[in-house]
Amino acid sequence: MDLHLVAAQLLNGVALGAILALVALGLTIVFGLLGFVNFAHGAIFTSGAYGGWVVYTKTGSFVLGVATALATAFVLGIVIERLLIRSYYNRPPEDQILVTFGLAIVIVETIRAIFTGQTQTFETPSWGNGVVNVAGIFYPQYRLEVIAVVAVTLLAIYLLIYKTRIGLIVRAGIDDPLVVNLLGINVRRTFMFVFAMGAALAGLAGVFDSPLLAVNPDMGTDVLVQSFVVIVIGGVGSFGGAIVGGLIAGEIISLATAFIPDYSQALLYVAMALVLILRPQGLFGVVGRS
Amino acid sequence: MTDSRRSFLTTSLGAAGALAASGFPFPRLTLAADDTLFIGLLCDQTGSYSADGGDLQKGYELAIEDLNAGTGVMGKVLGGKKGVLGKKITYKIADTQTKPDPAVQRATEFITQDKASMFTGGVSTAEVIAMEKTAQQNKVLFMTGASGSNDTTGKDCQRYAFRSQCDAYMVSKALAPVLAAKLGKKRRAVYLVPDYSYGHSLADSMKEFTEKEGWTTVAQVVAPFPTSDYSSYLTNIANANADTFVNIEFGNDGVSSTKQAAQFGVLKKMQLVVPNISTYFADGVGADIMGGVYGTLPWSFRLQDRYPMAKIFVDSFTKKYGSRPRWTAQIAYDQIAIWADACYRAKSVASADVIKVLEEGHPIELSLGKVYYRAGDHQQVRPVPIVLGKKPEAMQGKDDFFEILEVVPGESVMQPLNLTGCTLPPV
Repeated sequence: MDLHLVAAQLLNGVALGAILALVALGLTIVFGLLGFVNFAHGAIFTSGAYGGWVVYTKTGSFVLGVATALATAFVLGIVIERLLIRSYYNRPPEDQILVTFGLAIVIVETIRAIFTGQTQTFETPSWGNGVVNVAGIFYPQYRLEVIAVVAVTLLAIYLLIYKTRIGLIVRAGIDDPLVVNLLGINVRRTFMFVFAMGAALAGLAGVFDSPLLAVNPDMGTDVLVQSFVVIVIGGVGSFGGAIVGGLIAGEIISLATAFIPDYSQALLYVAMALVLILRPQGLFGVVGRS
Repeated sequence: MTDSRRSFLTTSLGAAGALAASGFPFPRLTLAADDTLFIGLLCDQTGSYSADGGDLQKGYELAIEDLNAGTGVMGKVLGGKKGVLGKKITYKIADTQTKPDPAVQRATEFITQDKASMFTGGVSTAEVIAMEKTAQQNKVLFMTGASGSNDTTGKDCQRYAFRSQCDAYMVSKALAPVLAAKLGKKRRAVYLVPDYSYGHSLADSMKEFTEKEGWTTVAQVVAPFPTSDYSSYLTNIANANADTFVNIEFGNDGVSSTKQAAQFGVLKKMQLVVPNISTYFADGVGADIMGGVYGTLPWSFRLQDRYPMAKIFVDSFTKKYGSRPRWTAQIAYDQIAIWADACYRAKSVASADVIKVLEEGHPIELSLGKVYYRAGDHQQVRPVPIVLGKKPEAMQGKDDFFEILEVVPGESVMQPLNLTGCTLPPV
């Protein structure tokens, strides 16, 4: 087997895994803290991509596009949390799944109504054009940059959660929301912030993924399904689990696709099933967390 | 008679429901009419082929508007007659989601609940073949939307279905000699193929005809349908030691895979060939990538310079929608026109009578010149336009992506009937 080809496919796995980790992190934080299953996470990913695309094509500034994507997803997160999600925290998971599933359809169809179902061109930013020689492997520059950006973002989120007061509240809330509430902390506002932050991570992933894939209303579907698998593999509510799970999923998808394409679709789910059988709480999960 | 009686009953019952609900006294519903004909439109409003489905829908709606008013191309074809045999056309549109199951479900509703005289649509071969079976089982005529696989009028052909788009065989037989003339006879090609009937059919035909011209197929990379991230496939393609990249992917998948191919440097190393270019492919990848790409388009507004009906179609479409029609709109419009014309010739809207007339193969002049259906497999005999992507600076208007190199006559590229594998079931 050609070693360069294997190495290139490993890099593909890292790039894919980085995006998945970013999406899964938002999902797992919301699930971990709020106990809330958000099936609209993929639609928020898409809304970030569209927000970024509109501003990027109008202004030509990728940085402004990224800022818009973050803002779009964050604001969308606040709005849906206040109007809808809030009333569902204490309802059974199947209600949460149904309401967010419906919400996802509404968001995606609104996007389709405004922008049509046509695939939109999201140009690779000028600083991402080109192919880089990484130890003999020719690899798209932009994908390497995405890996770097995701790494920095994950570090920032890590610092936010583990080194700040709000992070302390978030972590305490994950462990025991009741006690946090009894301590007089405004858990509702914290919840809203956390939900919006999870949404913003999806939006950020959406805009960075756009030049890699293509912008269309259905772009969030695959990402949502795969990021749920990431969480199952990594462990619900676990920061490290989202990252390691993302990378594992990315490598499985990438290597299976390249070398055993007939099984590429199934292998990710086989891995998920194995984790569920051997370590139901996920690789980094804690036993007994509900 | 049966059809009009059915539509009478449907309309009456529907009206009864509506009136009863709105509190009208029951006896007033006698105004319900039996002077309408229902046809069901199945368009890919969501999913990977939704952009293609969008123009399909526009084509249908313009066709029905023209048919009921006796205007546009319909007016020319039918001599200004309005509707079909004195009946006004009514319709509903359903979303197939670019998937066979919803397509069949909605088609069945049109047949059983709306008593459709005919149904039409679909953009993916998977949907179209599934709906062809529905048509056959229910004995209701189905005029297919877009479908490029040989199987549609080959091993999966049905008596109750007629396909207008050129099949993979026609596309490949028309395109391969042009490719050899322009790019040389010693090319080494790598294929990217969506994993269903359309993809395999077109890839197989392309290989057959390019290899006859002297090309070598070095690799074929098969991806599931739909796919969004092509990085692993493209890494294999980039390492395939080829000089020509034949991309069979279609719709959003065609756009994503081609854009990603550019990022992986594949398009710098290899000449891109797209044998069947989807409706908004060029818009999606942009003119920079499109320039210099060879392929076929089932139809282009540029053909208005050759065919008078195309000019009328482009004008009325542009007037209604503010943009020029793409090829799925042309297929939609012309399928309705062919059906309406056949109903007049048959003096009946009953599917069996219309099929008999369509199989007689009367040439009808539309936006692709004179076209007709071959009796043996229900494939339309129609020209295949070969195109070359224009460089951005050569474009006149933002949708003027293609130069037409050649229009290959349909008769010269039809698959011999005995090779299609089609055995039509009886009426």
